[in-house]
Amino acid sequence: MTPDGASSRRGVGPNLLLAWPALALFVLFVGPLVVILAVSLFRRVQSAFFEPAVVLDNYARALEPFYLERLWVTVAIASGAALVCLVIGLPFTYLLARLPRRRQVKYLVLVLASLSLSEVIVAFSWSLMLSRTSGASNALVWLGLLPSPQAWSPGLAAVLLALVFIALPLTVLTFYPPVSRLNPELVEAAATLGASPLRAFMTVVVPVLRRAVAGGLALVFIFVLGAYVIPQSLGRPAQWTLPVQITDQAILKSNLPLAAALAVVLLAAGAAVSIAILAFGLKRQRSEA
Amino acid sequence: MRVWWRRAFMGLVALYLLLPIVVIAGVSLNAKKVLFFPPQGVSLRWYEEFFTSSDWSAPAVRSLIVAVLAGLIAVSIALPLAYAVWRWGTRWARAVMLLGLAPFALPPVVTALGALVLWIVLRSFGQPYSVVLSHGVFLVTLPLATITLGFASLNREVVEAAVTMGATPGTVARTVVWPNLRPYVLAGYIFAFVLSLNEYIIAYMTVGFTFETLPVKIFNSLRYGYSPVMAAISLLFFLVATALFAVVGRVGDLPRLLGAEARSD
Amino acid sequence: MQRRPQATSEGSARALAVRGVSKAFGGTVALDDVNLELPGGKLICFLGPSGCGKTTLLRTIAGLETPSSGSVFLGDEDLTALPAHQRNIGMVFQSFALFPHLNVVENVAYGLRIRGVPKAERTARAQELLELVRLPDMGARGVSQLSGGQRQRVAMARALALDPSLFLLDEPLSALDAKLRSAMQVELRRLQRELGITTIIVTHDQEEALTMADLVVVMGAGRVQQVGAPLDIYRQPVNRFVADFIGTNNLLPATVTGPSEVSVLGVRLPATVRPGAGGSVWLSIRPEDVVLHPQAPAGVALQGRVTFVRDLGRLVESYVRVGDMELTVVTGHGVREGAEVWLELPPGKAVVLTT
Repeated sequence: MTPDGASSRRGVGPNLLLAWPALALFVLFVGPLVVILAVSLFRRVQSAFFEPAVVLDNYARALEPFYLERLWVTVAIASGAALVCLVIGLPFTYLLARLPRRRQVKYLVLVLASLSLSEVIVAFSWSLMLSRTSGASNALVWLGLLPSPQAWSPGLAAVLLALVFIALPLTVLTFYPPVSRLNPELVEAAATLGASPLRAFMTVVVPVLRRAVAGGLALVFIFVLGAYVIPQSLGRPAQWTLPVQITDQAILKSNLPLAAALAVVLLAAGAAVSIAILAFGLKRQRSEA
Repeated sequence: MRVWWRRAFMGLVALYLLLPIVVIAGVSLNAKKVLFFPPQGVSLRWYEEFFTSSDWSAPAVRSLIVAVLAGLIAVSIALPLAYAVWRWGTRWARAVMLLGLAPFALPPVVTALGALVLWIVLRSFGQPYSVVLSHGVFLVTLPLATITLGFASLNREVVEAAVTMGATPGTVARTVVWPNLRPYVLAGYIFAFVLSLNEYIIAYMTVGFTFETLPVKIFNSLRYGYSPVMAAISLLFFLVATALFAVVGRVGDLPRLLGAEARSD
Repeated sequence: MQRRPQATSEGSARALAVRGVSKAFGGTVALDDVNLELPGGKLICFLGPSGCGKTTLLRTIAGLETPSSGSVFLGDEDLTALPAHQRNIGMVFQSFALFPHLNVVENVAYGLRIRGVPKAERTARAQELLELVRLPDMGARGVSQLSGGQRQRVAMARALALDPSLFLLDEPLSALDAKLRSAMQVELRRLQRELGITTIIVTHDQEEALTMADLVVVMGAGRVQQVGAPLDIYRQPVNRFVADFIGTNNLLPATVTGPSEVSVLGVRLPATVRPGAGGSVWLSIRPEDVVLHPQAPAGVALQGRVTFVRDLGRLVESYVRVGDMELTVVTGHGVREGAEVWLELPPGKAVVLTT
């Protein structure tokens, strides 16, 4: 029975309501994707943005060794950041969900407020924290753990630290619903059966949440995959990911067709990894005991 | 002993999340015009400059306008969609719902590039409304998720009881559904608003040169001449966002809004 | 199935002692100085209304809650500081808490797996337990394919897999329908007798407690109100709370007027009065112990009028108004509403309560 009590007296209601969402989403979400695909096949022109055509030159360039290497670096960095987010974020969310509500709210507000920091400001702030002149290394020198201040930015560590920072709130928010709905008696039962808290977490919580974990991991991976500001400002050229190249080509080099082709390649790679993650999460439980 | 480990772990993560904002606060209060942390002398001159100099206040206002409008658009898409799925659940409704959840699942740079080429094709490249619409659609997912949660939290029996007492669907919507849904809609709007306010890549690619928003201005400034004013602004925006979320947390049930079950503790 | 003896040198189950246990959650006191000495090898019920602290007490014994003060001893072993996963207890939860990602046999074998028992051995043991709870062919099933009663039995098998010293059950039958409940009560009783394991069952259903238990612990407001065999609790409640909670009861305000006499509504009745009791008391008597006379009897009786008769098939309950009180009396058929009757309260059956 539908919530309004009627069995299927629908009439024009749903379609009327859906008109605007459907239109907006088609034009402004599906549309851009279609146009990207089209533009990736266009020809680059000096005078205008591009010229409609069907050429595969852009893909030929996009799959050159240089860009493939960039793709590989991108996927590697994104995977690394996503995994760190998982290893930190899942236990954190689990512990958070078990706190009394009032304490939960404090942490949740902090997590949400972190979302409000622009990627630009995050990059700026981390570059400052990791710089040689006024960064954290000075504190370590003062403590006697380092001989002299180091510049940790730009570099891989800086990129990863900052990427994990911006992706962590998303991780927590994605894991929060399923984790907080987990029956607490499951963990208690595991405890009475001799499992230490850590063991109970690994043998009960994580497997039970497998689907949610896979979904969250895939989402965070894609999010980090497409980040521009942090790799660009906190990374050396070796760490410049594909989004940096895409933006470069699109804005600075005015080569939209190539940028579009690179975007399609990125999308494809991202989709492939996500599907692999989801497949692992959804696969039929084999006997684990 | 175990309790100590848990607390330490959570404290560390909280510290990690707080570090950048501490740095920003320090820089914004620095008396000297150097991006140094820790600060050397405390001063509020950067905050002053933000409010008095149009160099910075103009982009900030632009960001606010875009955020206010984009949030409205996001909710205007999310609300009818979530309602249609909850009330009728037709195949079409569910298909559009999937479409609504998808934007956030794209790599952000691809979304930005897509917006760019779309507006070029539509001959609206650089128009202020282009970023409003692109943000509005990109940020649909969060309000959609929260509002769907809101509908899911409605007790169907209460709705059915209202119907058996003779309420029309309109009355049910107005008197039973809406009051319960309000906090979720508000939370969704605030999410979209805050994210739009601080969004960089889409704003850069679509209107970066014509309608400079604050994140774009900050990024440009970081490359060339910079000023601690941007730290002051960022701290202000952070505090506003924290205040907004804290209010939601106080007035509403924040854990529940984010997906936990209703509990009585 | 091989009966496994409890792991003590005496060969009998150890006694459980709760000493001075109090527990507060924020401002609310859940347990208030609870002291219990429970014999080993018996089926014990914690009985009481919701909020009385029985589940909190059970969880404290299990190690899932830490008492604010006091200690828990099993024989000579002080369990108080031990976390739940180091106490050798088996527990069945109200929601059964079966692991959804494991099938039945894997659920039952979980504890053994944690202990490092090799797969073949633990699967065999799990199968043994499934036979004990009469679910021999359910091993390969998924948890979601089981009915409520089957889930409960799997939960029990799982809890017993590690040969625990204590078998704790939190409202195990409340999720089952009435017919299944009766069958499971018998099952639990049988299981406990066969294994000889110290079993504690929390319940709010007094019929359940009185049917199954060797010993009943009645709790109210975080305190132990009375401990005793079911029949003793029923016949000799020590205070108003227990008298009122267990079964239907008539509680009449009275005054002590002599060494074996109380006055109810001005009528002096013989009663068993404990030495030392005096002043205002309560007279407690079960409906089935009150004798109804259509005419004034030879001995002392209270005069009243029948207001309502309820024929329950098996028995008839009559409500008799005496003064400003209404008593419930179990009578034979033939009592008419509106009739004037006399109620005799035999002194051997009526209990005088001071609290």
